[in-house]
Amino acid sequence: MAAETRILFRNIDEPGLASIRTYRRLGGYEAVKKAYQEMEPEQVLHELEESGLRGRGGAGFSMGKKASFLPRGDMDKYLCCNADESEPGAFKDRELMQKNPHQLIEGIIIAARAAGANRCFIFIRGEYDLQGDILDAAVEEAYGAGYLGTDVLGTGQQVKLVVHRGAGAYICGEETALLDSLEGKRGNPRLKPPFPAVQGLYGGPTLINNVETLSNAPHIISSGAEWFKSFGTEQSPGTKVVSVSGDVQRPGNYEVELGVPTKLLINDLAGGPPKGHKVKGFFPGGSSSPVLTGDEGMKLPYSFEAMQEAGSMLGSGSIIVFDETTSVVDLALRTARFYHHESCGKCTPCREGTNWTVKMLERLTRGEATPMDIEVIASVQENIIGHCLCVLGDSMAMPIGAMVKKYRSEFDDKLISQSYSAAAKAA
Amino acid sequence: MSPAEIHSLALEAALREEREPHADPEGVPEPSEVEVPRALRREIQRSMKRYPQKRSASIPALWAVQRRYGWCTPDGIRQAAAVMGVTPAYLESIASFYDLFHLEPTGDHQVLVCTNISCWLRGADELLGAFCEAAETGGPGHSSPDGKVYVRGFECLGACDIAPMVSIDERYYGPLEPADAADAVEQMRMRGEEVLPAKRLEDRGAAGGKRNPADDRITAHTMNKPKRPRPKSAARKKKS
Ligand SMILES: Cc1cc2nc3c(=O)[nH]c(=O)nc-3n(C[C@H](O)[C@H](O)[C@H](O)COP(=O)(O)O)c2cc1C
Ligand code: SF4
Ligand code: FES
Repeated sequence: MAAETRILFRNIDEPGLASIRTYRRLGGYEAVKKAYQEMEPEQVLHELEESGLRGRGGAGFSMGKKASFLPRGDMDKYLCCNADESEPGAFKDRELMQKNPHQLIEGIIIAARAAGANRCFIFIRGEYDLQGDILDAAVEEAYGAGYLGTDVLGTGQQVKLVVHRGAGAYICGEETALLDSLEGKRGNPRLKPPFPAVQGLYGGPTLINNVETLSNAPHIISSGAEWFKSFGTEQSPGTKVVSVSGDVQRPGNYEVELGVPTKLLINDLAGGPPKGHKVKGFFPGGSSSPVLTGDEGMKLPYSFEAMQEAGSMLGSGSIIVFDETTSVVDLALRTARFYHHESCGKCTPCREGTNWTVKMLERLTRGEATPMDIEVIASVQENIIGHCLCVLGDSMAMPIGAMVKKYRSEFDDKLISQSYSAAAKAA
Repeated sequence: MSPAEIHSLALEAALREEREPHADPEGVPEPSEVEVPRALRREIQRSMKRYPQKRSASIPALWAVQRRYGWCTPDGIRQAAAVMGVTPAYLESIASFYDLFHLEPTGDHQVLVCTNISCWLRGADELLGAFCEAAETGGPGHSSPDGKVYVRGFECLGACDIAPMVSIDERYYGPLEPADAADAVEQMRMRGEEVLPAKRLEDRGAAGGKRNPADDRITAHTMNKPKRPRPKSAARKKKS
């Protein structure tokens, strides 16, 4: 039977879960007590590292390892929770914050112990106004209960937390752009290195993690790394909240062990495409991930390693399904337009590449393109990859490149010569 | 000069330059010369206190201005700049970077129709058309003739589970039919009327429904120790 494995989503629809009372009644904030009163910071860090928890925001980097990169010692250190969630197809953080804000706050307080961070921020996209309000209220409750403040649970450690709302810019999800935006600037990515762990917010050491990553921390601390690793695969331990949308009958967030068959997510949990239709393809990890055809992708396990092996990626864990009625050329145009709109314009290959791709695809959809144009589209993608400051450019190039490669005939069918010959045939 | 002196001179020069960029027609407004409504001043000052550096309050300050005046008016920006001690041009350059700030007047109600992939697959273009038609905006990016309703297309709003969806005055609704547009516009025009109450995102449960029996072996959080270790054999250990 198709089943979810709910850890983060356990009790998700319990009435009142967003309040500290209900959250505590269900065992909440016990992990913070354990982390602050029974464990040393090194032990907390060790447990997180041992768990093998990988970042849920896109890159899949080990959370504990990243926290260990921060220098030790007395200085202002920062923790930024990335709640920008603006990648098309992703909506898991929204449900996690809206329904269980204290789980995230508890995770932040624990991660702050591990990293020695004293000032924390939740950078939430401005569009999530409701969720921002809910977080504001929850943060206030957590201060009131002594989990946040200048003296967390009487240990003398200071952890301050501020909910910071963005104002609409996908690029602010990129971690260094997020830092600039949080410093009150335009959200432009920075050159790396230095990495944020060394020189991040206000020039200080900074840990940046996604909402879902941090929401895992209380569970790892209360039940242990070994327990956590009993879920998922060796390289992808734990569960994942997967956002499934597009041409499926029951779109939504489903929490599963990493490594379950992708088919289980798309067909069993999300109900598959509407009756009489079939999965033509899907983005396995948000709109930035190279598309997989239904035939190649449905049978794969849903894990970081399997998606990478298949030439794609798990990314933020967002599946967008399209059925056979979808024109891949139109899909490519929709995808390219998004990245063109969101490019911050700092690097030429990204700024011009996204612009050109949109223009060429528009010509193609108008039936005005020549065979060379398809080659140009393909080569533009190749020239973007690896040539920019951040991976936004790559994020367009990879899926578009995959679409041209895997559905080439659909692009060819739109060519000028094809429309001429079609017109000639009709005449 | 000592290195410290040189450093402080350089810093001063840098600060001056930052405050007076060449294209900037106005320096930091003199606080005494700009009248700022008390509530607005207090809100911005409160924001500034929340951060180690006051500039971090740029976005919160612009939100405060936009909430008060409906859009980021030149006067409002000047007021915020005076409170923050930065140039109006600085705040304007911030406002122009972010999609949610308006540098021109818009309608009383904001309708953002998501037209990104998942919503597009489920009829977002038709929905955007229906909203424009219902509000008679003459196309996306414009307001209705009475100035009440502003409609624009938007990128993924993070609610593809209710595609096709819209954000109306910062609350989410979906999945919508084109026919819902006329109702929503009418409700927005009537004072105090709830908009599309049956389609609010906040009332939706998780897609997978309530608890499922498989939850029971999950021991996290409420219990500190696993009751029984997960039998490896029964696990879906899918080494491909
Ligand atoms: C263009 C772009 C947008 C991104 N958007 C997000 C986002 O919305 N949320 C997020 O958590 N990470 C996003 N990331 C990834 C972050 O840069 C960063 O890797 C992540 O927040 C680290 O957290 P994690 O290790 O917990 O995943 C984005 C990256 C890029 C290049
Ligand atoms: S790759 Fe694009 S979005 Fe990223 S920094 Fe360069 S121009 Fe900006
Ligand atoms: S595509 Fe419309 S909300 Fe994501």
